[in-house]
Amino acid sequence: MTFLIQQTLLYAVPLLLVALAGVFAERSGIINLALEGIMIFGAFVGVLFVRLMQGIPFFQNAAASKNWLALQGMELLAMLAAAALGAVFSLLLSFASVNLKADQTIGGTALNLMAPALVLFLIRVIANQNTLGMERGDASSWFMIKKSTFGVERGTDWGFFGETFANQVYLATYVCILLFVVLSILLYKTKFGLRLRSCGENPQAADSLGINVYKMRYAGTTISGALAGMGGFVYALTTANCAATGDVAGFGFLALAVMIFGNWKPLNIAGAALLFGLFKCIAAAYASIDINGDGVCMLATAPISAHFYRMMPYIITLVVLAFTSKKSRAPKAEGIPYDKGQR
Amino acid sequence: MNEHGNPLLKRDGVRTVLASLISIVIGLAVGSVLVVVVGLFSPNLGLSSAWEGIRLIFLGLFSTGRNSGGSLTWGFNPQSVGNMLFRATPLILTGLSVSVAFKTGLFNIGAPGQYLMGTMATLAIALGIPCSALPSPLIWLLAFLGGMLAGALWGCIPGIVKAFLNINEVLACIMTNWIAANLVTWFFDATKVFQNTVENTKSGYIYKTAYGRTLVDGVWTYVDGNGVQTAKLGLDKLFPGSQVNGGILIAILIAVGVYILMTKTTLGYQLKACGSNRHAARYAGVNDKRNIVLSMAIAGALSGAGAALYCLAGNTEFFWSTYQALPATGFNGIPVALLAANHPVGVIFTGCFMSMLNIVGLQLTNLTAYNEYITDVIISVIVYLSAFSLVIKMLLDARRKGKKEIQPVPERLQENQAEAEAPTEKGGEQA
Repeated sequence: MTFLIQQTLLYAVPLLLVALAGVFAERSGIINLALEGIMIFGAFVGVLFVRLMQGIPFFQNAAASKNWLALQGMELLAMLAAAALGAVFSLLLSFASVNLKADQTIGGTALNLMAPALVLFLIRVIANQNTLGMERGDASSWFMIKKSTFGVERGTDWGFFGETFANQVYLATYVCILLFVVLSILLYKTKFGLRLRSCGENPQAADSLGINVYKMRYAGTTISGALAGMGGFVYALTTANCAATGDVAGFGFLALAVMIFGNWKPLNIAGAALLFGLFKCIAAAYASIDINGDGVCMLATAPISAHFYRMMPYIITLVVLAFTSKKSRAPKAEGIPYDKGQR
Repeated sequence: MNEHGNPLLKRDGVRTVLASLISIVIGLAVGSVLVVVVGLFSPNLGLSSAWEGIRLIFLGLFSTGRNSGGSLTWGFNPQSVGNMLFRATPLILTGLSVSVAFKTGLFNIGAPGQYLMGTMATLAIALGIPCSALPSPLIWLLAFLGGMLAGALWGCIPGIVKAFLNINEVLACIMTNWIAANLVTWFFDATKVFQNTVENTKSGYIYKTAYGRTLVDGVWTYVDGNGVQTAKLGLDKLFPGSQVNGGILIAILIAVGVYILMTKTTLGYQLKACGSNRHAARYAGVNDKRNIVLSMAIAGALSGAGAALYCLAGNTEFFWSTYQALPATGFNGIPVALLAANHPVGVIFTGCFMSMLNIVGLQLTNLTAYNEYITDVIISVIVYLSAFSLVIKMLLDARRKGKKEIQPVPERLQENQAEAEAPTEKGGEQA
């Protein structure tokens, strides 16, 4: 059960953050189809940052002497770097869709094509192979919070909650959850959030009240890019052993589905992300999930093909969308370029 | 715009071509800049290798390798041209697939999934029917039609959920893509007979269709040279050493067929009507839901046909454990269609251009320290630019008008002016 919850969280948290990224863009009126591409780019930037930092003696000493404070700080810095460059990358989308009033779907698709191409090109130049991993060591020895992090013996029992939420976890997971809460409040309880949302519903009315729609849409897309970039790195760090491969297996699109399923509202999105995280976790680790703790991995022994488990998240998405699409209420002005002269 | 008659229409066409050409040039330029930047900052590459990279990006099709002195040689390379035509075959068809959906107002990003389903059906039919049971041309035809049908059925799914449940077709397409990738892997995993066991270097691959299912001493085995493959039609004589076959001619025929369907038939008119304004079309008595499903089915069939032609070449192999990756041919249908402004005949040329970039990528990998992903960057820049190709068209338009009306202003100044005015002007037209 501990394993199941931990694995589900690993998949659910990037989904949560990236779905919120989608909300910020769409609430401001821009369809951000490029989430997948920005995630790929963010993952690459984060991993590259970690590699560069590993070249510095200070961090090498920190890893050798188990100076956890420095290592966790490095993880946070890498997240920030991924977020910053994700935001820069998303400027391509906002420039095309706000200034040039281009088709947002095609612009997003272009970014989705661009990110893996650019990332793979650079990875091949840097590492001469198709995967960019860490320079030395692995993610769990450098960044994972374990019992030894707190100076406790491996054998000590922390009880269910301690084992699940404090042992073998990443700080990034909790930072993401915190960010999710803070940004949801920003979107719903502040003046800025209200203004941003008004631009996605009725930009003409917002403009008449003196809100700069272009600026707000830039803000929405940039925040969206930052969150997606960070989400991409967190995904690479926690599920792919801190390696960038120019691929996040459709996670950005799953996040879009989570956003639609969650009806563009943070609380619903949190629920949806957990559900999808669970299915993604089953798909990835069905062979070692022991639900009732009797040592039998039920899902692996059931007469169901592994291919079916892998297909599940996508089928569930389609089915869930089919059931919720009638009730879903997208921001009214999303996808429509704002034009001052229009009535 | 059309009511002004033919001359303007012609000019519109010219502007479209110009806009596409500008996109291509900018895309290639961005690729070159990337090559220079990487060349400057990388210790094992220099400016000279960057210069080689740039020349290959623009002229890679005419590269004939390196001479004994180590410098690049140029000339007509029949192998490259033939392979370009061969690789263009599936690209033209996936491009057509995307463009037909576009005309109906749908963004078919599901071409990779439809392509995979087409691959599965084609291979299963071509390898499943014993070559003693039917003459091979008939097996070829059955496999081709089977591939189209499978693609069409797979394309229907996003069409149906879009028409009846109003689910965003982009999301539905992405999901069906990944479902298809898993389904195809599952199918070839379950049916072990199709996996190549004759050539032991090819583990994980399916037999080429040139292998035929034959009864040898009472056991079904696969024998090389006994199966189905597309006729060469003398093209291999024209381009010796390349993989080209008659498939390219079939693709061109299909493109012309799609052009006739979209411009000369009632069905094509209805599809386009749905694309321009779904609600107006319904008001005019067009069954919009049926047309959306139909358009996606046609799009799927075209992608499936592309997969079938690629597989049936007889010399291509399919890596069956594909659940982690979608075929790039499907995604590249999007730039092919966008660059051709969704014109079926234009797709033939842009398809060839995209496959030329593909060859360029190979030449870069073989001849320099750069790799083929640079061409993917170029393609993505072109897609990005075609997202606002309308703006580029406006720019050209504004420049022409500017020249006519304001004579005394120096040309350089005018250009800047046109650039500055272009976005607002486009917005004005939309209002």
